[in-house]
Amino acid sequence: MTLFRDDGIVLRTQKLGEADRIITFLTRRQGRVRAVARGVRRTKSKFGARLEPFSHVDAQFFARGGELVGRGLPLCTQVESIAAYGSGIVTDYARYTAGTAMLETAERFTDHEGEPAVQQYLLLVGGLRTLASGAHDPRLVLDAFLLRSLAVNGYAPSFEACAKCGLPGPNRFFSVASGGVVCAQCRVPGSVVPSAESLELLGALLTGDWETADACEERHSREGSGIVAAYLQWHLERGLRSLRFVENAVRREVEAGK
Amino acid sequence: MYEGVVQDLIDELGRLPGVGPKSAQRIAFHILQADPTDVRRLAHALTEVKEKVRFCAVCGNVAQSEQCRVCQDPRRDLAVICVVEEPKDVVAIERTREFRGRYHVLGGAISPIEGVGPDDLRIRELLARLADGTVTELILATDPNLEGEATATYLARMVKPMGLKVTRLASGLPVGGDLEYADEVTLGRAFEGRRLLDV
Repeated sequence: MTLFRDDGIVLRTQKLGEADRIITFLTRRQGRVRAVARGVRRTKSKFGARLEPFSHVDAQFFARGGELVGRGLPLCTQVESIAAYGSGIVTDYARYTAGTAMLETAERFTDHEGEPAVQQYLLLVGGLRTLASGAHDPRLVLDAFLLRSLAVNGYAPSFEACAKCGLPGPNRFFSVASGGVVCAQCRVPGSVVPSAESLELLGALLTGDWETADACEERHSREGSGIVAAYLQWHLERGLRSLRFVENAVRREVEAGK
Repeated sequence: MYEGVVQDLIDELGRLPGVGPKSAQRIAFHILQADPTDVRRLAHALTEVKEKVRFCAVCGNVAQSEQCRVCQDPRRDLAVICVVEEPKDVVAIERTREFRGRYHVLGGAISPIEGVGPDDLRIRELLARLADGTVTELILATDPNLEGEATATYLARMVKPMGLKVTRLASGLPVGGDLEYADEVTLGRAFEGRRLLDV
């Protein structure tokens, strides 16, 4: 019987029994953790709105063995809010869909429960903070998060030098299987030729050059998003469920003339 | 493992939500020992519910005919529609005896992470109901959680061009609780929705 305490972001909630939920956290020290929050669905629950997705919390867990993960699901016993990003995200549908894709990505990149993923955790906290602030286009924030998540997990794409032979850029051809742009000699069947502006945008998103990213045109950001989605799907082996709703949200914004 | 029909019954009961193998076994033996009339009544209720109950053609609530009891009631206010996620939310609101309008059951909430988008809900049917101009107020009573809020935000934006009065159920402190235990989001909402005390 051990008590654990950790900071974490709520990734997902699942209903359990009559009034409980299983909460999936991405924590700073323990990586992905699933815990049971008893009575959280009752209106008078002590947890209130603290255990909603996008919440950044300081939580206490009660586990049966000496470790947080391994012997059944731990209980979430106390929670304090650090930041409630959900209130800044849920008021805008494009932010909400981009945010859920970020949560799903973080969950997919942390396959093993209890395995620390500090960089992924910090990236998610920073990404949600930026998204909730509304400082940048939600789709750009999502693409930046996806590219950097790929990078911290060892799949950083190259947008300058050839991914195969290292020939310095700019290189025109992009091959998902090769790991980024490739030169004319290394070009493989199935390579695409994105515009130079789209490649510049993706490089800017990967390095955090928001001035360049914010100045990009809609058609280039759309092309860039397609490349990021294809690259992510290649490495995750199957697509993200929530990503298709992000695309729909962008389309609806365009149709609504926003 | 039990023999034949007893094991079949345990297996079928074990497929119900929240019923584990032990509970299924306990219920099965309760049924075995129960009065045959009671068991026949239970079996009859189970078959009846599948045969007779359908979804209301207007609002999507559970009904025993083409339209549900609320949609058939001529005393209901046609100008107000309350949007809820599930049929059980209709029952919860009806218990208050405060609302005299009609309902629209969406069949869930937008949850991209679960693969549920706007096209999977009865939003198109709602917009069709609003198109004839009879409705003047839309009350968004989706659950006060993240998915419910996102669904309400989405609906509010969709119906905005129609010029309707769109309202959201108030959220804040539960009656009978202590203020010190309220979380920041709930307390913030309570401040946003504070009202003038007319004494």
